Amino acid sequence: MNELTLIRKNLLRKKVRAGLMLVSIIVAFAIFGVLAGFERAFNGIRDAVDDDRLIVVNKLSFTRSMPLAHYSAVRSIEGVRKATYLSWFAGYYQQPANPINVFAVEPETWTDINENYYDFPPAMRQAFIRNRTGALVGEMMARKWGWKVGDRIPITSNIFAQKNGSKTWDVTIDGTFTARRQGFDSNLMIFQWDYFNESRTLGKDLVLWIPVKTTGVAINDAVAQAIDDRFVNSSNETSTDTDKAFRTAFAAQFGNIALVVKLVIGTAFLTLLMIVGNTMMMAVRERRREIAVLKTLGFSSGRVLRLVLSESVLLALIGGLPGLGIAALLTWYLRDTRISNSFPGITISPEIALVAISLMVCFGVAAGLLPALNAWRDKIVEGLGRG
Amino acid sequence: MSATPLIRILGLRKGFTKGKETIKVFDGLDLSISAGDFAAVMGPSGSGKTTLLNLLGGIDRPDAGEIEVAGHRIETLSEGDLARWRAANIGFIFQFYNLMQMLTAAQNVELPLLLTHLNKTQRRKSVEATLEIVKLADRATHYPREMSGGQQQRVAIARAIVSDPKLLLCDEPTGDLDRATADEILEMLQILNRELNKTIIMVTHDPAAAKYARRTLHLDKGQFASGELEA
Repeated sequence: MNELTLIRKNLLRKKVRAGLMLVSIIVAFAIFGVLAGFERAFNGIRDAVDDDRLIVVNKLSFTRSMPLAHYSAVRSIEGVRKATYLSWFAGYYQQPANPINVFAVEPETWTDINENYYDFPPAMRQAFIRNRTGALVGEMMARKWGWKVGDRIPITSNIFAQKNGSKTWDVTIDGTFTARRQGFDSNLMIFQWDYFNESRTLGKDLVLWIPVKTTGVAINDAVAQAIDDRFVNSSNETSTDTDKAFRTAFAAQFGNIALVVKLVIGTAFLTLLMIVGNTMMMAVRERRREIAVLKTLGFSSGRVLRLVLSESVLLALIGGLPGLGIAALLTWYLRDTRISNSFPGITISPEIALVAISLMVCFGVAAGLLPALNAWRDKIVEGLGRG
Repeated sequence: MSATPLIRILGLRKGFTKGKETIKVFDGLDLSISAGDFAAVMGPSGSGKTTLLNLLGGIDRPDAGEIEVAGHRIETLSEGDLARWRAANIGFIFQFYNLMQMLTAAQNVELPLLLTHLNKTQRRKSVEATLEIVKLADRATHYPREMSGGQQQRVAIARAIVSDPKLLLCDEPTGDLDRATADEILEMLQILNRELNKTIIMVTHDPAAAKYARRTLHLDKGQFASGELEA
């Protein structure tokens, strides 16, 4: 036997009570882990984008398309080094329950402008540019569906239809790509915009966004202003912002929800702290005589304080670590769902795990501090006097 | 029995405050106990028997006076030093055993050894040897709830002697036991006194229990009856 045995046996002496406390802590840390994973994914993609990148969207809403002609006009504006365009496909694979993140893109410029984010080997890129029905698939998506280069894949749109009434476009996989940076994941498919545009009946010759790279970060504001000025008073005015600001604003839609969830979790943690602290207080009060006996045997008050605090910290760790494990499983599962489109790269990173473990220790200390102090200052004769 | 004094109390004063009233338990008590003695302390309720035991064991502080045990003026020690001193010098045996219910007999006996520098193997051997002495080697893995009162008190005795203290302080050690079991426990204390030379001070209400001691001290109103101050 050692002191850890003593701590463990004290902790588990009332199994139902300990079990209920553990379940509460497991749930709290599982939710904390998932939430932290979401937040990291949010911030990750915002922080990962290049500073010299702008995005042109319809002034009315970033979900509303613009004429393709805008692209040519944007390219001609001074300070624009590169530009491309894309349309959202709103696709799924085989059945609506399998949504996939698909964009119709101009192949040459899109792969060029995104070369910092994704790895496109030259041969693969050329094959994609040449193949009108070709597609490139992110490695994560390819792995999920078991797709290989050369496979012919039917992708179906929830919104767009072809002239023949079909909502399905067949594409051939020319290659798979991986993300170069944390914050971008590869749960993504791109296929040729021309192939998509020529047969669709809705939104013909319209594009959703026009990503731009400027010749320098210093002129970002001037270029953005010039672009928007170019289309002012037209039927499709634009709103141009840096990609970072665009993604921050995009994330802010969820940001308020995240704040609410954070507040809820914070309140839950506080409540949990009070419940666990109170339960620890009760447990130590019940053991007042035993604590007095320990002191009689020669355990110093400091040692008794350490025993109670260790018990509380052990409780937090026994509950918190499995909770974090559950969070890791949940985020791993979420990476393959449509949620990962908005939160690419969601995961429990080592930093999150470290914060969570620190939180467990702090939680344990906070919950055990008062009962430990009571045990520390309790007089032996008073403790022995109680039955 | 050696004539060397193990305990020397001089001018001991101790009182308790109850509301606005201060009750004096001891007002200038003197006492000397030799090493190797086995003294029974008897007296009516409220005479200060348990308070005396608590003061001798360093779990309570006097208001004034000197308490010297095994060469240490314990009233001058800090809380931390007092805890270390108790661990090294004192074994306590209580009326209601005061065992940890979630620990086995062996683990209960091992508790004081956690405060020593003994390693795991040394601790295990000491526990086994001590359980042999109290004739409970076959009950090492049993929990207190699985044992009779007498067996639990024997575990408590093992816990009290496992770290080889000089002084055993027993507070009504047979108060919760039937006569036959009480006699077994008292015989065991007698063996510890005679064969292992433990100095024992036992508080009891039971004249039959007191007979097992070498001598009996009668405490009344905070004073020993005359002629009982010196061993």
